[in-house]
Amino acid sequence: MMTAKLEEKKHYILKDFIEGSRLSIPIALGYFPVSFTFGLMAVRGGIPVWIVILISMTNLTSAGQFAGTNLIIAGAGLAEIAVTTFVINIRYMLMSLSLSQKLANGISSLKRWVMAFGVTDETFTVAAMQKRDITFPLMAGLELLPYVGWAAGTAAGAAVCTLLPETLQNSMGIALYSMFIALVIPAAKKSRPAFMVAGCAIAISSTLKWLPVFSTVSGGWRIIISTVIACTLGALLFPPEEIRHGGGDE
Amino acid sequence: MNKVLAGVLVMALVTYLPRALPLAIFQNKIRSRFITAFLSYVPYAVLGAMIFPDILYSTGHLPSAIAGLVIASVMAYFERGLLQVAVCAIIGVYVCELIIVRMV
Repeated sequence: MMTAKLEEKKHYILKDFIEGSRLSIPIALGYFPVSFTFGLMAVRGGIPVWIVILISMTNLTSAGQFAGTNLIIAGAGLAEIAVTTFVINIRYMLMSLSLSQKLANGISSLKRWVMAFGVTDETFTVAAMQKRDITFPLMAGLELLPYVGWAAGTAAGAAVCTLLPETLQNSMGIALYSMFIALVIPAAKKSRPAFMVAGCAIAISSTLKWLPVFSTVSGGWRIIISTVIACTLGALLFPPEEIRHGGGDE
Repeated sequence: MNKVLAGVLVMALVTYLPRALPLAIFQNKIRSRFITAFLSYVPYAVLGAMIFPDILYSTGHLPSAIAGLVIASVMAYFERGLLQVAVCAIIGVYVCELIIVRMV
């Protein structure tokens, strides 16, 4: 009896991990050109190869990492590095908070601290769009390959360093954004609220970027302000028809 | 060298904490309908705000960025995979960049 249950549990752990890994393959491959560009840029800026790879392995984020590394190259102080990187990364708080509501019941604190490390724009979005609760093995599978892809791309970029023509480097700048597009458009096609919320966020983000009054608003704050306003409008205009209650209810 | 490593450590910390704290703190489901709805819309809003207008400045020139945007959007509309969309957008932008460089 006990062993049968144990077998069943093992089976679900493996199944979820494989499902997560399968979902993560395109993310991992898509990361490659982005982190490649990062490796290239950082080594060019004079940072030793092993530290460049260390940055990718400890940060695992695109925008924050690019900005922080540029500041290091420019010889900025630690406070400036901390504040700039933090502002760019505040959006992860919204993502992790959103993810916390999608997690299966009974995931330990330790596992939460571990899975938090691999929360990126893409792994979060793919997890958030699953129809099911997110378990630890699923999230671990979803995060592992992108982590490897991010580190490997950085290493490759750092090794190649100078050989790449500028035209090709410029072209790789589109990689990250095209991944975002590939994630959001299919979702917006199927759900009117998703369409409206994304559209609203785009409108606010453009306003903040282009209206001279808001010229002091940095990229990180722009994303946060746009997200908060768009989600507030979304929650007011499209309240969910049914809310899942966890377990024993009233 | 130590200064660089200190910078890396600081970056890692301010990247990890925003990810970890909400997951560690909110271990129970939030009851408020409003907040639940708000949080369910976060992925779409974040993606939208991150894509536009930043994508326009992501390549060397505005026309090539627009080409990439259009290619990615059309392919995403027909639900092509993440990787396929990314690779085609890169190729499209690259071709555009080559043309632009020749013309200038």
